[in-house]
Amino acid sequence: MASPLVCSQAAMNHSIAFVPENRAALLLNRFSTLSKFTGVTAASRLETRPAPEMVSTGIHAIDALTGGLPRGYLTEIFGPASSGRTSILLAALAAATQRQEVCALVDVTDAFDPHSAAAAKVALDRLLWVRCGHKRKQQDREGHDFSRANKTCPRAGALASKRKSEGPVEQALRVTDLLLQSGGFGMVAIDLSDVPLKMARRIPLTSWFRFQRAVENTPTVLFVVGQVPCAQTCATLLLKLQASGKKLTALHGQFSETQHAQLLDGLQIEGELLRCRMERKPSRSVNAAFMTKMPRAG
Amino acid sequence: MPFACIFVPDFPVEALLRAEPELRAQAVVVLEGKAPLQKVFAGNEKARSGGVEVGMTKLQIEACTDFVLRARSPLQESAAHAALLDCAQSFSPRIEDASDDAILLDLAGLEPLFGPLPKIARDLARRASELGLEANVAVASNPDTAMLAARGFSGVTVIPAGREAEQLSSLPVAVLFVEAVPSPTLETFERWGVRNLRSLAALPDVALSERLGQEGVRLQQLARGSISRALVPVEPQLIFEEAIELEYPLMLLEPLAFLLSRLLEQLCARLGARALATQELRLHLELENGWHAEDDCCPSPALDPSDRRIFQRTLRLPVPLLDARIFLKLLQLDLKANPPGAPIAKIYLSAEPVRPRAAQSGLFLPPSPEPEKLELTLARITGIVGKGSVGSLEILDTHYPHGFRMRRFAPTEPQRVEPHSKHISESNSAITALRIFRPPLRATVTLRHGKPSHIVCSKQIQGDILWAAGPWRSSGDWWEQEGWSRDEWDIAVQAESHIALYRLVHDRLSGRWFLEGNYD
Repeated sequence: MASPLVCSQAAMNHSIAFVPENRAALLLNRFSTLSKFTGVTAASRLETRPAPEMVSTGIHAIDALTGGLPRGYLTEIFGPASSGRTSILLAALAAATQRQEVCALVDVTDAFDPHSAAAAKVALDRLLWVRCGHKRKQQDREGHDFSRANKTCPRAGALASKRKSEGPVEQALRVTDLLLQSGGFGMVAIDLSDVPLKMARRIPLTSWFRFQRAVENTPTVLFVVGQVPCAQTCATLLLKLQASGKKLTALHGQFSETQHAQLLDGLQIEGELLRCRMERKPSRSVNAAFMTKMPRAG
Repeated sequence: MPFACIFVPDFPVEALLRAEPELRAQAVVVLEGKAPLQKVFAGNEKARSGGVEVGMTKLQIEACTDFVLRARSPLQESAAHAALLDCAQSFSPRIEDASDDAILLDLAGLEPLFGPLPKIARDLARRASELGLEANVAVASNPDTAMLAARGFSGVTVIPAGREAEQLSSLPVAVLFVEAVPSPTLETFERWGVRNLRSLAALPDVALSERLGQEGVRLQQLARGSISRALVPVEPQLIFEEAIELEYPLMLLEPLAFLLSRLLEQLCARLGARALATQELRLHLELENGWHAEDDCCPSPALDPSDRRIFQRTLRLPVPLLDARIFLKLLQLDLKANPPGAPIAKIYLSAEPVRPRAAQSGLFLPPSPEPEKLELTLARITGIVGKGSVGSLEILDTHYPHGFRMRRFAPTEPQRVEPHSKHISESNSAITALRIFRPPLRATVTLRHGKPSHIVCSKQIQGDILWAAGPWRSSGDWWEQEGWSRDEWDIAVQAESHIALYRLVHDRLSGRWFLEGNYD
């Protein structure tokens, strides 16, 4: 019987005898056969993530700029008031509902206008509208009623539910969690547009990471609208919007008596793509512009 | 023509054990009567082997601590009987309601559907067990023989045609008498030394007829298994209701959920046995000290609607469902949002039966939430944001700017859409959207030549109005108390670094100015 020392020496001789010119490849192959490295994939062999399916925003200029909205990712648009955020949101919801998808809108400040949505051709029967903070006053009233019940029946205290006072942002985060876990939605939109900046920035980054993980590998588009970027690095697509002042300036110069149609129809919105993780190389800051029109202005 | 009989021994005990299956391993005694004169009404096998007899007083039973004492519950007995009928009707449309604890079935023509008779008998016993009842099942060529065999033999018994007398011969004569009260005929048989059916069947017909009359002859025919009669079929109504009478009032939602879970499982098993589902669940709680909570649902016909001690909740589902866990979660969420407010003495749970949903989603259809999950999600969201704050929109046929109402979210089944369908609009423009301020913001407006020129609303929204368009005057509902009349202006105000557009409203009835929304 050969001693262990002789065996290891023989093994070394054997390995040295078969070293080819492509040494790195051979080493990789040999490492992969070792039990210690079983199940470990070399970084160079990791599969690249397949390109996500892109869906239309309903606005040609935005689609041309971003390539559409990626399914299974978080898309964020931001801008100040009157910068066209809600117009894009409604256009995206209209496009999704017309594709027969079920959509959900988490309306943090209860600012959604049903008539604007109807004018934008959103299929309202396929849109789930969650109005956060809308019923706080009513719940307080119910809580008062139940306290009366407790007075009537002192033993009933244990049957009372604990009503916690929860802010609209906290409600919105919990609701979004539930919607994403439920699955099956084509688009889940979170409208943080009128949320004070201080509160919007206070949303923990872990929440956005959780949403991103929940929506990953699903056909859901997670769409966030706000005044400032909140989701930070979790947003795969980040679009900045601003209204162009040219139109209003021109109006001021031309008309002494501004008409309604002239004021609101044809507002020019400029969008700038700040981040797009769809491509390997960093995306350039590109601008696109589109017009808005007022439904009652014709 | 084969017949089957499902017989539940110790039926009052079994009816109670449906709600408390953990007591099945213990000696359970059912008491009847008003305190303190309660007497033993029934007991299970373990209780009988422990010396319990029908008619003993509660005091005698309490001397021994090994027995679990329960009051008789007619409510639970009626629910158990309904479950037994459902079990029978899930196999055969021709059933006879022989007694509370026994059901007869006509098995003619069922063999091609369910297999041979022994298999049908085993399946019947299994189905009864799923419904919470441990039953004896017997199959014979006539209903009375099947009934005697089910009463006499435990488990599943199949008696081949022509061997009825032989199979029944070992049974005691007492099995012929349904009532527990001693019968004079039975005493006569005992005096004669007739202990089992073999002895009775062997008695001479004429002599027996001379001594006991036609009743004696009928009993002898029963013992020989030669009596034949037509089944008296019944068609039970589709009422699915379960109830529990509690020994002590419940004060916490957690044990209530535990009991609701059992009731729901029984209800779902009964619905499943009849190949039905439900779209409406009604929960009635009888409260201890008379607190009453209003609800929009209609009360059960079984209950007095004027009864102030009834707390009612109704769950209406968009699609027929049959999942006890989902029902339980929905009821839990509903009760958490609307607690009963008083200790609970009795629980009634009923389901409105409907045909189950028969739908298959297509491979090429867009994604849509599963109805079961969606319903649960909506209930949870309602628990967070409150009732009336979640749902889909319906725009009302009115000129009033806020004319819409929330309704239950129930998306229609998606239809296949071609990728480049003409319905999907894509253009280079978007509709100017309005964001509503709820409630509208009070504003102080300065007019110049009849047009708004300066606004003070909040720290962020104040200053000179750069451009204003309007007014658009509208009014309506002047024939109602809630009439409205308003002038709308669209204004542009300089914000910090940009120009913001708002809708300004002048309420002509109150003379006040409001900022109604922001064009975005």
